[in-house]
Amino acid sequence: MQPEQGTRRGALRRLPLVWVGIAPFVLFVTLFLILPTLKIVIGAFQAGDGSFTLQNIRDLATGSIPAAFWISIKISVASALLGCAIGFAMAAAMILGGLPAAIRGPLLTFSGVASNFAGVPLAFAFLATLGPLGLVTVFLRTQLGIDLRALGFNILSFWGLTITYLFFQIPLMILIITPALDGLKREWREAASVLGATGPQYWRMVALPILFPSLLGTFALLFANAFGAVATAIALTGSSLNIVPILLFAQIRGDVLGNPNLGFALAFGMIVITGIANTIYIWLRARSERWLK
Amino acid sequence: MSLWTRLTAWLALIFGLTYFLLPLIGMAEFSLKMRRGVYSLDAYAKVLGDPRFQETFTYSVVMALFTIAFGVLLVVPTAYWVRLKMPWARPYVEFVTLLPLVIPAIVIVFGYIRLYNTSSWLPLTGTAMGTNVLLMFGYATLALPYMYRAVDTGLRTIDVATLTEAAQSLGAGWITVLGRVILPNVLVAVLSGAFLTFAIVIGEFTMAALLNRPAFGPYLQVLGANRAYEPAALSVIAFAITWACMGLIQLATHLSKHTKAPR
Repeated sequence: MQPEQGTRRGALRRLPLVWVGIAPFVLFVTLFLILPTLKIVIGAFQAGDGSFTLQNIRDLATGSIPAAFWISIKISVASALLGCAIGFAMAAAMILGGLPAAIRGPLLTFSGVASNFAGVPLAFAFLATLGPLGLVTVFLRTQLGIDLRALGFNILSFWGLTITYLFFQIPLMILIITPALDGLKREWREAASVLGATGPQYWRMVALPILFPSLLGTFALLFANAFGAVATAIALTGSSLNIVPILLFAQIRGDVLGNPNLGFALAFGMIVITGIANTIYIWLRARSERWLK
Repeated sequence: MSLWTRLTAWLALIFGLTYFLLPLIGMAEFSLKMRRGVYSLDAYAKVLGDPRFQETFTYSVVMALFTIAFGVLLVVPTAYWVRLKMPWARPYVEFVTLLPLVIPAIVIVFGYIRLYNTSSWLPLTGTAMGTNVLLMFGYATLALPYMYRAVDTGLRTIDVATLTEAAQSLGAGWITVLGRVILPNVLVAVLSGAFLTFAIVIGEFTMAALLNRPAFGPYLQVLGANRAYEPAALSVIAFAITWACMGLIQLATHLSKHTKAPR
């Protein structure tokens, strides 16, 4: 007991000097990350006069807000699910499908570029492709006689936004799942087949259970990624689609909800949802890393 | 490996590549169609000659450079200090640097507007210069996860404690240690963080739009609402910049493998 107390007292005495080294960082993070977020969180629980209230949270269930959250969640789930599935298929094809090894480098580099090519330019790329005068739309109409519009497809809609989001969701999935697929040891497959397992049995009973935390964690990350995307949605749809980021953008610009504190509550709702999704991701990533050493 | 596996693999790859290439082709083709009937570079000429484009693009480039300088000055000493003196604090610092990925940018900038408005204790949004500084801090926050992770990974590959002691025993002060010993050793990591920061800042829309600064992202969005061909041309340019940044990161990492002495 004695020596331990001694070192602890020593550590305490040294503490202030050691802290000086990261003081600028702590100051910056406090002023420009923690305090602004706290301001929003506290504001969500305040009435106009500054007193504590739960009314703002209750008011989230009124007007167009529940519909906005519902559409946002649907788009995020759809683009995360499809992003996971297609990204996994591409990564598995690249690593396990016997494709030439030369594909790997360029595909990973391209994924790095595409996962960062979000925002306003991405929206224009898809407008030029699937918009009313876009490359694919015009080709299908003039060459094959398929009118996307008549079939009910519109780029400014749920599916239009989901397809656009996939452009950064799939590459992100490829980047994250590749190390996990690389970590599947050849010995496991051989051990399974020695014991008489077929290919599907190996996947169902060995590979997928090992990959499951990675898959679910990446799904959560992609969900949060889509939920927080503002620029692509605004550039693509203007304000015609009622989703949470667009609603919050309009609220910050011009108080469209007519109640500043309800705006705080809306932002708070966004933090809660992306916060839960990211917590799941971080927790599951820690679990999956156990197998991948 | 069975033929069936191989075939499925090729199909998956071709399906994915088609999805990725079509929008890029569509964007490039559309940007060339401004003159009726023939392909031309008219949209590019028009956009590059637009004084608003020149202003906003210059603004974003300057902001990116300031953000990179500030980010390096903030992150390198912090990551170095944490590794050297406070290893127990590393998980906490790392957690904090990941927060900008959890809290959407729109929420952070909402907080800025409420916290630093003209009637607050630090009225940064009161002046154009103050708002520029605030936006730069916002960009630095967005880039923090990438910058910190890049620098921290770079520091892992060198022996921080020994280098520091060696430099100090030769009479170096903290600034010399950081600027002339640590920084050159993690330069490649710092560069990849810097290029990524550049790519993020050039295209950023939400923060600049809500703080009303004349940046490239908001200009692109307004142009998109009013014009047909010019936005496609600008998107091609933006995509080329992203490619260039990623290419430079690859190049820097590639070069570093050859300059490092084998251990």
